[in-house]
Amino acid sequence: MSEMLKGIAASDGIAAAKAYMLVQPDLSFSESSVEDTEAETKRLDDAVEAAKADLKIIKEKAAANLGADEAEVFEAHLTILSDPELLGNIKDKIVNDKVNAEKALKDVTDMFIAMFEGMTDNAYMQERAGDIRDVAKRVLSHLLGVNLPNPALINEEVVIVAHDLTPSDTAQLDRNFVKGFITDIGGRTSHSAIMSRTLEIPAIVGSGNATSTIKEGQTVIIDGIEGEAIIEPSAEELKKYEGKASDFAKKKAEWEELKDAKTVTANGKQFILGANIGTPKDVAGANDNGAEAVGLFRSEFLYMDASELPSEDDQFEAYKQAVEGMNGKQVVVRTMDIGGDKELPYLPLPEEMNPFLGYRAIRISLDKQDIFRTQLRALLRASNYGRLAIMFPMIATVKEFKDAKAIFEEEKAKFVKAGKPVSDDIEVGMMMEIPAAAMIADKLAKYSDFFSIGTNDLIQYTMAADRGNERVSYLYQPYNPSILRLIKNIIDSSHAEGKWTGMCGEMAGDQIAVPILAGLGLDEFSMSATSILKTRSLMKKLDTDKMKKLAEKAVSECETTEEVISLVKEFTD
Amino acid sequence: MEKKEFHIIAETGIHARPATLLVQAASKFNSDITLTYKEKSVNLKSIMGVMSLGVGQNADVTINADGADEADALAAIADAMTKEGLAE
Repeated sequence: MSEMLKGIAASDGIAAAKAYMLVQPDLSFSESSVEDTEAETKRLDDAVEAAKADLKIIKEKAAANLGADEAEVFEAHLTILSDPELLGNIKDKIVNDKVNAEKALKDVTDMFIAMFEGMTDNAYMQERAGDIRDVAKRVLSHLLGVNLPNPALINEEVVIVAHDLTPSDTAQLDRNFVKGFITDIGGRTSHSAIMSRTLEIPAIVGSGNATSTIKEGQTVIIDGIEGEAIIEPSAEELKKYEGKASDFAKKKAEWEELKDAKTVTANGKQFILGANIGTPKDVAGANDNGAEAVGLFRSEFLYMDASELPSEDDQFEAYKQAVEGMNGKQVVVRTMDIGGDKELPYLPLPEEMNPFLGYRAIRISLDKQDIFRTQLRALLRASNYGRLAIMFPMIATVKEFKDAKAIFEEEKAKFVKAGKPVSDDIEVGMMMEIPAAAMIADKLAKYSDFFSIGTNDLIQYTMAADRGNERVSYLYQPYNPSILRLIKNIIDSSHAEGKWTGMCGEMAGDQIAVPILAGLGLDEFSMSATSILKTRSLMKKLDTDKMKKLAEKAVSECETTEEVISLVKEFTD
Repeated sequence: MEKKEFHIIAETGIHARPATLLVQAASKFNSDITLTYKEKSVNLKSIMGVMSLGVGQNADVTINADGADEADALAAIADAMTKEGLAE
């Protein structure tokens, strides 16, 4: 009998393959005494060689996928496995104490780990303790004959089953082999979900208990459209999903044809569909997916991937590359959004009780103006190479926006005075992610050239529910009338001043939300690049007059999220 | 067998990076090479061994090399010591 698991649909598509459990295996063992110490030593040597072979593969793939720095870790692991002192000690223990290789390995590595961890004055050596632990685990797994999984070691078609996927896991996924994945935790906006869309791998997240339900090697169908996984499907079910997969492939081919088309509704109204990007490299993916703009360029990567504050020149190069790559299409750069869950090792911030309600984003920029001004100068320089717009994150009050804008104007005036070229039509706007700002959108619209609604934070702050806390994750309700009312107020306020509103949260590419947002008059939808064509295809079928009625009804009559969803279905069927 | 004494001048002693480089230098040779400090000897081809000695500043250490390429080995190690600022 097949079994079904439900989760959150993270990335479209259908896949079926054998399960590869990316989970910590049971590495417990019992201690025993051995007579044939020579054979036991040989067992150890074989396990060490097998572990080395694993690490060589992992290292090569890490070098190719993650870069030389990440690969160095595995080089260090290989050095440890060749260490004569370590291996010598383990072998001595086998021979002298007549214990099995597992026990000897554990005792000797534990001793070294304790020694290195004891070097409290030397962080580097303390970290090496972790390396020894990792290496010991891999050798032990080979001694026990159990599989210690690593995405780099996959060499056949599989569906990955994991509790969660880390950035280094996803970076090592080989699309030729990994047909889909399912995780226990996570939501549509978690790292694993975003990566699954970028890699275009069908995925389900937040299934609750995939790792305890699915067994290694079982056949699993991943339906990333519905968020359903079928374990050990019957021949009939397999056939049904093959049909579904080919339907999806057809749909995708249709979407492909919309790549160079404008986004026009059934009644001829035009919208802009943009891409959210994290680095200038993502511009290629945006263009491949037919983006008409970059609605959000998160500038954080410049700060997060560095060991010190990024220089004006480094930032300028990155912004210039992005605006040039978009070839005249608008690129909206969000200024530094550090704080909350994003920390910088070289810019220590005081520990706070509520980092999401604390010192972050524009609050830091207005306080540490040297950092902010450096970024603005880099942006001003880049403005000469394309169509650049700037927006400030986490604006709560009119004063904050005016202060930030004034600093921008000061820096711009310095350019003009010095005779340095700078574009004359840089739009300066703000993120709408704090309910306080949404409530006075009419006032802010007088000063801000545009609004960009950041739904993830707007929902979190409106519902007073931490989006990372699973106990309250039910409150992450993008279609709740409370959120829709705020969005309506933001859009209407901007239009009253002749300004425009975009949205750069996940909601902008959500197939239930899009009809309502179109009805509310949202001007620009910015999303993961891979959601653009699907959304353009949906837009083609919508009639904005009808969607306007839908939106009005959803905002004024609906009481719950569920009512909104069924209303959308009723209006779009 | 060849032997040479070194007086460690580096402020942090033989730690981390310099230790790795010493081990790498020693590993290129076939001779058995040991590092002796406070009457304890370890294999100089072992990073774990070298680090476990905890050689600090102003320590006097002895390096022994035994094998066909012992002279070359000692010269290479002495070279690595000066290059890394471990000893003069």
